[in-house]
Amino acid sequence: MTNKICLAVFIAVFASNFSVNAQGKLNVVTTTEDLAAIAREVGGDHITVDSIAKGYQDPHFVEAKPSFILKLQKADLLILVGRELEIGWLPPLIQQSRNSKVQVGADGYLDASLQARILEIPQGQITRAEGDVHPLGNPHYWLDPENGKIIAREIFDRLSRFRPNEGAFFEPRLNDFLNRLSDAEKRWGAMMAPYKGTKVVTYHRSFPNFAERFGLDVVGYVEPKPGIPPTPQHTLDLINEMKKANVKVVLVEPYFDLKTPNSIGRATGAEVLVMPPSVGGVKEASDYFKLFDYDLNLLINAIKKIREN
Amino acid sequence: MKPHVLALLLVFAMPPGSEGFAQTPTVAEINALRAQIDALKAEYDKRLQALERQFEALQGQTQPAQPAPTAQTPATAPAPPQTADVPAGAQGAGGPAGQLPVYGGATAGSKIFNPDIAVIGDFLGAAGAAGSNNVNPDPALTMHESEASFQAIVDPYARADFFFSFGEQGVNLEEGYLTFPAIPGGLLVRAGKMRAAFGKVNTLHNHVLPWTDRPLVISNLVGGEDGINDAGFSAARLIPNPWIFLEATGQVFRGDSNDLFTASKRGDLSYVGHLRGYQDITESTNIDIGVSYSRGHNGSGIVNNSDLGRFRTALYGADATVRWRPLRRAIYHSFVGRSEFIWSRRGQPNGVQNALGYYFSGDYQFARRWFAGIRYDRSKRADEASLTDKGQSAVLTYWPSEFSQVRGQYRRTQYATGPTANEFLMQFQFSIGAHGAHPF
Repeated sequence: MTNKICLAVFIAVFASNFSVNAQGKLNVVTTTEDLAAIAREVGGDHITVDSIAKGYQDPHFVEAKPSFILKLQKADLLILVGRELEIGWLPPLIQQSRNSKVQVGADGYLDASLQARILEIPQGQITRAEGDVHPLGNPHYWLDPENGKIIAREIFDRLSRFRPNEGAFFEPRLNDFLNRLSDAEKRWGAMMAPYKGTKVVTYHRSFPNFAERFGLDVVGYVEPKPGIPPTPQHTLDLINEMKKANVKVVLVEPYFDLKTPNSIGRATGAEVLVMPPSVGGVKEASDYFKLFDYDLNLLINAIKKIREN
Repeated sequence: MKPHVLALLLVFAMPPGSEGFAQTPTVAEINALRAQIDALKAEYDKRLQALERQFEALQGQTQPAQPAPTAQTPATAPAPPQTADVPAGAQGAGGPAGQLPVYGGATAGSKIFNPDIAVIGDFLGAAGAAGSNNVNPDPALTMHESEASFQAIVDPYARADFFFSFGEQGVNLEEGYLTFPAIPGGLLVRAGKMRAAFGKVNTLHNHVLPWTDRPLVISNLVGGEDGINDAGFSAARLIPNPWIFLEATGQVFRGDSNDLFTASKRGDLSYVGHLRGYQDITESTNIDIGVSYSRGHNGSGIVNNSDLGRFRTALYGADATVRWRPLRRAIYHSFVGRSEFIWSRRGQPNGVQNALGYYFSGDYQFARRWFAGIRYDRSKRADEASLTDKGQSAVLTYWPSEFSQVRGQYRRTQYATGPTANEFLMQFQFSIGAHGAHPF
């Protein structure tokens, strides 16, 4: 008797609910808010976009919460940063999503890094003696607007593949985004022109693409090695180096502790700036354009202040 | 550029052999040579300028500042000298992405399909008054476990995970299973040998536990360190509802799990059912609740390999986990509070033994690399429910990096038989190879 009840419960639980989604809005899930912002530019109101990580959290250390499984379960398209940024949390989420569309290698799995310009791809022997190195290159590539364009094109390609009938909607949106981004780049380039070559120190290696695009010179890191918290000796060395090279700016991602950067700032007279590397890192950086607006203004105001003193 | 050209010319102009220096050249010869050099210089200058122009033109094309909206900007990322593309199916899921270096020439391309390999070492030390723990004594020093994992995607339909645990003496297949992640009907199906989905701790490998040991209730009622770990099938499904994450898991096993379940014939299968509910309370706080059930034959009636009494054990479990991790400071502070209650009903020749056990634990991360935790244990024994063991632990953990961990645990155990054991346990854990997923 109990066996029959067990069987009935099993059948009720496992055999029910084969719902079929009607051709509604395409459901896009991204791992970070930057990718969500770009997807929104291209997809407009023809797609729904949801990001797993928040802009103010460290994208290396997102927890694989079951609520994210529910997001992925309903996704038509998953867009990820790639280059092993999400290696600690995305694979179990994909595996448990029960969604064949977003499995690795499926059409709904888009690694946005494949066409982008990737920096710091390690050459030669790589070991973890160098810390938590990314063997496939630095994954913070979205901080170059040119890579933003490449990501947007890839998202456009994928959206058009899923919804060929809506290509006429997505294409003008893509072109509009690319044009606005080109205009903004000219503006940002002009803003930064007087400050080219400014030497900075960053907490983690989050800004190589940003530095390359806007002419910053990253001379050191608060972390002695990627993923290794600051040590007293390294901090002392960094302070000496900064004094020697006259570095007056320290950039810190919003999710790192400010204690060490502040003490470096006090010792060297440098400005410590909490600079979001992602959309949503601060309230003001609410889309891809505003992220660069916010970061560049923050930087320029600080440099101006330093030059006045 | 000039010095290069001159160096080039010198090399070019130098006739083979050194006999040129042996002769005394005439003025006419020198002049002729000079004219030749000048002519060459002019020609190479011209060629170099042309090349430079070509180079600039090409650079202009790839310069991302002015791409036409429809033009695909080619990737300009510097690739390692010799690389091979990762096959589409092998990316993510802990697997590689992008390009991989090829070390041993073209034939080494087959290495791309090698699974992700990692080894996690677990070195344990124990100290305490001599003979203080005569119920469950740990050796002074032991390389407790070396877990080797091999994980890869099999084909578009399945992935495989193998975990071999090497003790100091023997090897044990801790888990080895095939997962079908995208079967129609929203099922997640597994086949192979696996840790059963009974409660929380039973599903966890040693290296992700917040302690050096397992709670007493697990040792006394759920088969100890290896727990319910058997060969069988598992199917898990999300139950759609508008409120919470709800997952039901059903598992069928052969019926052999350490000293917990024993199958004396083919029909003695064991079963596990688990229902898990999860809800985010805020973005930093969440709650995870589960109920579990398991049933199988036990070995209490087995005499000469035949089960004379057909005795069964049924286990009922309830677990709750509260997690807190502020997103803005996620790498510095977190808290996990956890508890499991397990009730064992074990049929024996001398009657049914009803044994209840539980633990409470709390782990607080107070700095980026530091964790402190406490645990309270209490459990009756499965085969003799009149005996109750109690324990208290305090744990301090330090992470030099994401890949290694040092832990100390003070454990006080009041065994129902024998004196109170006061022990200090120490553990080194270290991981090499592929970057695994962080446990949740």
